[in-house]
Amino acid sequence: MTAAFSRNHFELLGLAPGYALDPADLESRYRELQGRVHPDRFAAAPEAERRLAMQWAARANEAYRTLRDPVARARYLLGLKGFDTGEESNTAMPADFLMQQMEWRESVAEARASRDAQRLAHLRGEIGGEHAEMLRQLERAIDRDANYDAGCSLVRKLRFLEKLDAEIDDALAP
Amino acid sequence: MALLQISEPGDSPEPHQRRLAVGIDLGTTHSLVATVRSSAAEVIADEQGRPLLPSIVRYSREGTPVVGYDARAAQADDPSNTIVSVKRFMGRGVADVARYGALPYRFSDAPGMVNIETVAGARSPVQVSADILRVLRERAERALGGELFGAVVTVPAYFDDAQRQATKDAARLAGLNVLRLLNEPTAAAIAYGLDHGSEGTFAIFDLGGGTFDISILKLTRGVFEVLATNGDSALGGDDFDQAIAMHWRSHHRLADAGGGDTRRLLAAAREVKEKLSSSAEADIHITLSYGQKLHLRLARAEFEHLTAGLVEKTLGPTRKALRDAKLTAAGIDGVVLVGGATRMPHLQAAVQGFFGKPPLKDLDPDQVVALGAAIQANVLAGNRAPGDDWLLLDVIPLSLGLETMGGLVERVIPRNSTIPVARAQEFTTFKDGQTAMAIHVVQGERELVADNRSLARFELRGIPPMVAGAARIQVTFQVDADGLLSVTARENATGVESSIVVKPSYGLSDDEVARMLQESFSHAVDDRGARALAEQRVEAEQLLAALRAALARDADLLDTRERAELDGHMASVERAWNGSDHRALKDAVAALNRASESFAGRRMDRAVSGALSGRSLDEVARR
Repeated sequence: MTAAFSRNHFELLGLAPGYALDPADLESRYRELQGRVHPDRFAAAPEAERRLAMQWAARANEAYRTLRDPVARARYLLGLKGFDTGEESNTAMPADFLMQQMEWRESVAEARASRDAQRLAHLRGEIGGEHAEMLRQLERAIDRDANYDAGCSLVRKLRFLEKLDAEIDDALAP
Repeated sequence: MALLQISEPGDSPEPHQRRLAVGIDLGTTHSLVATVRSSAAEVIADEQGRPLLPSIVRYSREGTPVVGYDARAAQADDPSNTIVSVKRFMGRGVADVARYGALPYRFSDAPGMVNIETVAGARSPVQVSADILRVLRERAERALGGELFGAVVTVPAYFDDAQRQATKDAARLAGLNVLRLLNEPTAAAIAYGLDHGSEGTFAIFDLGGGTFDISILKLTRGVFEVLATNGDSALGGDDFDQAIAMHWRSHHRLADAGGGDTRRLLAAAREVKEKLSSSAEADIHITLSYGQKLHLRLARAEFEHLTAGLVEKTLGPTRKALRDAKLTAAGIDGVVLVGGATRMPHLQAAVQGFFGKPPLKDLDPDQVVALGAAIQANVLAGNRAPGDDWLLLDVIPLSLGLETMGGLVERVIPRNSTIPVARAQEFTTFKDGQTAMAIHVVQGERELVADNRSLARFELRGIPPMVAGAARIQVTFQVDADGLLSVTARENATGVESSIVVKPSYGLSDDEVARMLQESFSHAVDDRGARALAEQRVEAEQLLAALRAALARDADLLDTRERAELDGHMASVERAWNGSDHRALKDAVAALNRASESFAGRRMDRAVSGALSGRSLDEVARR
């Protein structure tokens, strides 16, 4: 593969690597790139070009999918800096965070059992608030403080919150 | 050349170079073919002016199969040789079709897909579909006055890999160059969106004869982006007919009807159902095979009661699609109805109730899919006109994964991922000295392998013996723009590579398609050679024209030696073109294709760099 193809996701979309970005700008960059490489632009082209177009378009989709999601973006960026978020291997969490998780988990289970949609929606709001706060901390940790260990720890916590949110989602619309 | 057209969208080919391209809606109940003529999409009618072709094929002991209205007229008299709704059998096994209830066919099991026993022999659903597609191809070639360059064939968005592969095989078997498999709701969105210049978030609610799709799309500045899709590939208008027929059967105490009478009842049910869309009551007189005359009646209220469960069944997938798109019903700007079955008033009322706004139905729900496919085919064939630089971003409907220990599924590509997509996952050996690994590819949303559709099984062999857990086996899934999967596996801990590309087992190989195509031509061997030569010449011409255009623009990307090599290969193709050996021409074209690969790669890099030029990194960094 060519040098251009092996650029990282940020370079591919002409962005400086960093956590903070403007989603509308990201989207327009992605669309501009996809507009050039999408297989629909090459449907009548020789086979070699059609194959290249598919690989490039898949590459563009992967970059966009990763960068538009804040947690995936942080995970990827930390990886570029040589830090592994260790979400599968590192399960050590601060005690207060785990306490809060257990409380939420119990509340979700109760609300689910009693089919209390209002309470579920309320819990979801609470968890969403915590999620947003952690994303702010993530931006500070990565972009301002270059504290990548803290970034990894936040990504692990966010992973917990997102799992919980998915459970509420399941409970609300089975 | 495609890249030229990107830079200068106005560069469409000269009128005399216009390539003939069509869109084909291969439907459960009926099929259509459409094309773009003088910048408007239109359905091509048959010689009697009828736009629809009933998707019905009748086989006889000799001669070519009868397709369309004539076959439909015979369905009650010759039920076991007259195949209706074959789309429901595409890529399905015996166990799947058993769920459709009593059908007047003799099914036999074949690898990957059922076969139907007819007087003309066993026919696979792929062959039956190819017979329908062939009629449409011939209709289009007659109307357009030449051979088709290619076709876009539509499939339900919720079709899985097996059903998509079967559809593509059918099209190739019918002698069509498949430019793209396009999802039906997406095709409808193209026709609707371009027609109305719409922007916003739309739900396309598509209930056809045998399949249901719901797609949520965002339309902005020339981009059609599918956010999520869901559906049921075994729910459609046919099921409403079945419900009516069952009701009559019990009401009139009819014993188990034979195949012919089953067809009579279903045809009567369909007619009454259609009448009920515009009147409160409908009736019909039929005569059964043993002479019994029946006066069948149904009131709309009764029909609505009988089929309320079927209508409700469309709302589950609709909710799921909205949820995957992270939207609520209120966030939808417009609901477009597609498919003949959406003419039913109680279905429209349910859709309106769900979304809280009246659905849009100003385009013919039978034709809109074929029209959208024709517009897409025209662009893909290279007949791009100014303003045709819109982009289509579609998704895969169902997650793809692998079987892991304990019969569980490890998801590799989640549903609603934008295609094309490639994703790799790493696995390892679990026994010391293990030299082979079984890989089982599945599609679906369930946790257990047994609850999902099995797509392919293959074995990666030649893994160097190592202790358990030391091997690093990377399995890569790649889904192309047609939504079709290929899987590659390689062991890369030791640098020893062993890789395999699988096409799921039900797909036909290129050789099989070629053989079946040749069998379908009743030509002598020389004719086959002549046809092969003619096809190779067309391919050679296209490749040479594409390369000349590329060289005119980007010759600076090659050094003198590279340029001389490429020129040499082009000259070889020209020499072989003038000869009469189709194999020699094929080899020369393949060699030229290989020789031009790195040039193509560099040109792609240049196009990509151009995409984001004019934006400075500083501008971004300041944010």
